[in-house]
Amino acid sequence: MANEATVYKELTEVFHDVFMRDDIALTPDLTAKQVQGWDSFKQIEIIMASEEKWNIKFNTRELDSLLSVGDLAKMIVVKTGG
Amino acid sequence: MTDLHWLPTIPDWRPRLRALAADPAKAWDEAVALANGRINFVLTNALDEATRRVFPQAPATLATKSVRLAVLGSSTVAHLLPAIRVAGLRRGIWIDTYEADYGQYLQELSDPESGLHAFKPTGILLALDAHHLTAGVTAGMDDATADAALAETKSHLRETWKLARDAFKCPILQQAALPVHLPVLGLNEHRLPGSRARYLARLNEALRPMAEAEGVDILSVDDRAARDGVLAWHDSGLWHRSKQEVSPTAAPLYGDLVGRWLAAKQGRSFKCLVLDLDNTVWGGVIGDDGMEGIAIGQGSALGEAYTAFQDYCRELTRRGIILAVCSKNDEVNAVEPFEKHPDMVLKRGDIASFVANWSDKAGNIRSIAEELNIGLDSLVFIDDNPFERNLVRQELPMVAVPEVSDDPVGYPIALSDAGYFEGLSVTDEDRERTSQYQGNKARDALKASATDLPAYLRGLEMNLIAKPFDRVGLQRIVQLINKSNQFNLTTRRYTDEDILAVMADPDAFGLQLRLLDRFGDNGVIAIIIGRLLEQKDLLIDTWLMSCRVLGRQVEPTTLNLIAEQAKKLGAKRLVGEYIPTKKNGMVKDHYAKLGFTVAAVNDGGGSRNLLDLAEFTPAETFIHVTEG
Repeated sequence: MANEATVYKELTEVFHDVFMRDDIALTPDLTAKQVQGWDSFKQIEIIMASEEKWNIKFNTRELDSLLSVGDLAKMIVVKTGG
Repeated sequence: MTDLHWLPTIPDWRPRLRALAADPAKAWDEAVALANGRINFVLTNALDEATRRVFPQAPATLATKSVRLAVLGSSTVAHLLPAIRVAGLRRGIWIDTYEADYGQYLQELSDPESGLHAFKPTGILLALDAHHLTAGVTAGMDDATADAALAETKSHLRETWKLARDAFKCPILQQAALPVHLPVLGLNEHRLPGSRARYLARLNEALRPMAEAEGVDILSVDDRAARDGVLAWHDSGLWHRSKQEVSPTAAPLYGDLVGRWLAAKQGRSFKCLVLDLDNTVWGGVIGDDGMEGIAIGQGSALGEAYTAFQDYCRELTRRGIILAVCSKNDEVNAVEPFEKHPDMVLKRGDIASFVANWSDKAGNIRSIAEELNIGLDSLVFIDDNPFERNLVRQELPMVAVPEVSDDPVGYPIALSDAGYFEGLSVTDEDRERTSQYQGNKARDALKASATDLPAYLRGLEMNLIAKPFDRVGLQRIVQLINKSNQFNLTTRRYTDEDILAVMADPDAFGLQLRLLDRFGDNGVIAIIIGRLLEQKDLLIDTWLMSCRVLGRQVEPTTLNLIAEQAKKLGAKRLVGEYIPTKKNGMVKDHYAKLGFTVAAVNDGGGSRNLLDLAEFTPAETFIHVTEG
């Protein structure tokens, strides 16, 4: 059970760990293009760190449909029954 | 499970990483410390990046040999490189890595102009993925075709090793195939010659003797996957997405496996296991529970679990690992089970250095290293008690201290998974090592320790909660009074009724002391009963304490509390008795150490000690006292 606000808060920690920077502010429409260093490897890190943190699993179609931070956060909320 | 469960969680890991660059002089040691925390793949990558920012190249003053490791893969291995470098860092080893172009390993090996040749590796990891190794293998094959395919794969590997060795004359580590293929026949998959799953199993089996003949070492991720589950190592979704055969979540462990190989190649594997005794090697406290009371051997699951741990330790000795004991105990009590308990797997002769006393463990571990004449950085120390583990980690960061729970079932697993004793060969000498150390023993060479104990105690943020006896605590008070043998000045045993009588007596007091520190609550650890006698003497009828908190200044702090209570009752003088028993030799000089005057000593060694309260100045300690 996780609501959107807590998901954004914890997801921010994930991003700060992944990019080693504390100045990334997450917004629903943030995408890889806007964050320096967000390549396909970092994308996998973000996904796997999220899977580990919330104990969830994304399937192939779901991963393909993730285009923005908002998509990811929404999916985490759904998967955790929020 | 692929996480590094034997490493302790470091609570302020993130702020420490952020501050890494602040003091370049200390950054390397700090990075090594952070690498020795329980970190996942994200934090591993972050640590690698931060370290490389501070150190674009190896620091000049390392005691270890730097390594230039080329990783030759047939699919994506980039995500494994930070974990390999951090595994080196964990061991104080600087590793530069080189990743051959995707699937180009043969070309790079053969071409003197390649990036690989320019890199001049001092070690080569050949990490070929299962799909690459089984290319062309299909269930339609008959026996002869499948055998021919296997022979070809083997000769391909042999040629690759030869190319690498001829070009670089450096050690080669061949990754075994990860068994990622699914069976198509079923339980009797071995009857299908062209089964890819079976093919990998056969290849992995053939790899060992072949590598043996060629002087190549094996990175046996197949064995690891058998323990952890292939799914913990390989995510087929990720394979399709990014051609990462090893899942990023398993990267820290993969890196650590490589790191322990590199360390072993430099002779930097750990050599000696130092054992705590009470609740580590057997269940219970030998000094309190006695030979009959400790849990070891058949009869209980707990006893059998300790037996299994001892058995694992003995197996380690038989492949050349030295065992030592470091225990807070009277030596005579500590040795007795080794010599007389029929269920003990470990015998006194298995222990090369046996240190049982009441000094702090960091100092004792130093003595063990000196006695055995090996470096502190070759010692692993296992102890169920988090206080002792953290003391040793702080005082002796070069000693490995696996994080374990109070369940002995996990002890062999922690030691094995951590790979401390990674060995590349076994000699006859290894098998005899313990007896050699026994022969060479030089017990007289022990030096006093130089441990900075005050700093450690200050950092513990101890809080002693002093409460008068109450009904809530009654059960624990009576239990301690009837169970404590070692730190017990008078060994007077009392019932519930006796304690209730103390509570009701206006000329007596009872104190139950609870100790908290930054690692948690140690529970009620000391019991005091004071009785006002004639002529304003206050008799310390009972003073007992749990040995777990020895050496933490609880004793002088307790005396401050006793003096305070005594003054409240109008006492002018404290009377402390020591009544000797078989078990309480450790507190023989307890009162003298606290500044009492010895007034009388009787034939049996008992004593009566006095302290004038008018002359008494409360001791200053690192313990904060709260009246409960």
